[in-house]
Amino acid sequence: MAILADSDTKLLVQGITGREGLFHTEQMIEYGTAVAGGVTPGKGGEWVLGKPVFDTVKSAREATGANATVIYVPAAFAADAIYEALDAEIELIVCITEGIPVRDMMQVRARLDQSNSRLLGPNCPGLLTPGQAKVGIMPGHIAMPGNVGVVSRSGTLTYEVVYALTQRGIGQSTCVGIGGDPINGTSFIDVLQMFEDDPQTEKVVLIGEIGGTDEEKAAHFIATTMTKPVVAFIAGQTAPPGKRMGHAGAIVEGGSGTAADKIAALQAAGVKVADHPEQIADLL
Amino acid sequence: MNLHEYQSKARFAEYGIPIPRGKVAHSPQQAYEIAKELGGPVVVKAQVLTGGRGKAGGVKLAQTPEEAERHADAILGMDIKDHKVLRVLVDVASPIQKEIYLGVTNDRAARRPLIMASAEGGMDIEEVNRVAPEKIIREHIDPFLGLRDYQIRNLAYGIELPRELWKPFMKIAQALYRCYAESDATLAEINPLIIDGEGQLLAVDGKMSIDDNALFRHPDLAELRDTSAEPEAETRARAAGLSYIKLDGTIGCMVNGAGLAMTTMDMTKLFGGAPANFLDIGGGAKAETVAMALRIILSDPNVKAVLFNIFGGITRCDEVARGILAALGEVRVDLPMVVRLVGTNEEEGRALLDAANIPHMETARTLAEAARKAVEAAQKA
Repeated sequence: MAILADSDTKLLVQGITGREGLFHTEQMIEYGTAVAGGVTPGKGGEWVLGKPVFDTVKSAREATGANATVIYVPAAFAADAIYEALDAEIELIVCITEGIPVRDMMQVRARLDQSNSRLLGPNCPGLLTPGQAKVGIMPGHIAMPGNVGVVSRSGTLTYEVVYALTQRGIGQSTCVGIGGDPINGTSFIDVLQMFEDDPQTEKVVLIGEIGGTDEEKAAHFIATTMTKPVVAFIAGQTAPPGKRMGHAGAIVEGGSGTAADKIAALQAAGVKVADHPEQIADLL
Repeated sequence: MNLHEYQSKARFAEYGIPIPRGKVAHSPQQAYEIAKELGGPVVVKAQVLTGGRGKAGGVKLAQTPEEAERHADAILGMDIKDHKVLRVLVDVASPIQKEIYLGVTNDRAARRPLIMASAEGGMDIEEVNRVAPEKIIREHIDPFLGLRDYQIRNLAYGIELPRELWKPFMKIAQALYRCYAESDATLAEINPLIIDGEGQLLAVDGKMSIDDNALFRHPDLAELRDTSAEPEAETRARAAGLSYIKLDGTIGCMVNGAGLAMTTMDMTKLFGGAPANFLDIGGGAKAETVAMALRIILSDPNVKAVLFNIFGGITRCDEVARGILAALGEVRVDLPMVVRLVGTNEEEGRALLDAANIPHMETARTLAEAARKAVEAAQKA
């Protein structure tokens, strides 16, 4: 077990012939992910890295039976890529692309809510089920199989935490990056529920940051629904209000979304909150 | 990206929203000319990208062109919350019967646009929301259906707008939503929307914020960015594609990834120091990126020490170390530096840095060790 992706996942890569897409496809194949093929409009019929390229997601799905897709297309075309994957009824859509306009994501989200697909991201590192599948851009070798589920809004901070766990001999069931944008496809709660239902996962690490109220909602969910222990870390205690800290979603607005609020909410829900990432392993 | 009042109102006017006649002045003399041309009483308003200008004395009523000139002279050059006033808007002053709030914004939690109206116009809407949230009438907008007329009637009814104004109010609300949507705004607000002396609706103040991620499809709006109030280093960083925010502390931070950058800042505070900046150099840590980032960090005279925290994931730490060393060949750093490389080949990366024997450079293994060393170095300096 594990969540979202495993050795049975058959993956498409949208934007497989682009610089990012090509580089990370190679990494995913090397890790052992079952990449079934790629999609680049206008390059159907070509082969890259031993995988067939298709013009459309629909034709790629029909030819390969893929059940997941990862998107590496530029921000201006990313919403269209997500719609195309939704229309082809791909079950899991992972969007790595950073910088998609919020308006596009509000529309994507409205369409997504009427579909049976799950979207992870955008602006996320994807997910990694150690030893089985890597979908996205997480470095594979920093993780090891185990029983701790990791869910995060961040990229390199997630790697830092996962790597620190691995160094201490604590393996992971699945590491999931939900992305740093204000509107995304999958929330903390969605992933917490999956970890709660996953027999392999025994404990969960939640990595949040300033902005929005997703961590507060997660705290409520943990207090009311979860039986497995959760350890958290929140980045951005020194971030001033009104300034966007890199991620489009990481901004303290109108006095809400502060790290202090999130930490208080999580602690009230019985979650152990680490002062710094290196403390997480101790708290587990 | 925030637009000035005059820019926002000009955009509103393009969508047919009634605004007062007025023009921007850069000098008292210009303010005089504009006031004379407009005729009658005018209001002279500081154009700054921050709130609270009224309280700071940045908005003044003038009965004559001479008075407008005097007010402009006092307001231009004024410092309002670290924003220097470089221009004033001179608008025809309208008698006010009533002030209304009307705004459209992105509701992050509901994941859709939200239009709000309140009979308590003129006040900061966040303040109204705090003291009397029931006085704000809200309607969520389906991003595919757009704003429906019945929703605007709900607003008009909720704020007890006189029935004879419902028709013009609907036109204004529709125009505001279109302006918001077509500009990729994250906020478009009229505050106040007044009922003037003749009983007409008029947008006397306005504000827009544009989604930075959408500026690629709005080159006309991107040109409106006013960088005069932001630290020069932030403007330079943006041009170089780096995400940099200047802060008040003494430890310059160079990190890859936004979440890790915030964490590194927090760690300096945990050990008794304070970060001088937020800086995300993105993936790879190539020599030219590191050199540019170093120049930006060092342009802040408050910086006493530089802390590098780089996670080498797909880019290996030995490559990152070579990038840092190459950058240090280009940019001279006299301040103490602490470098922490973590991830793939971190031992090799650290060995390369140690072997290079760079003056005032220390390496660290853990984030805690790196933060502590940087804080100590900054305190000694």
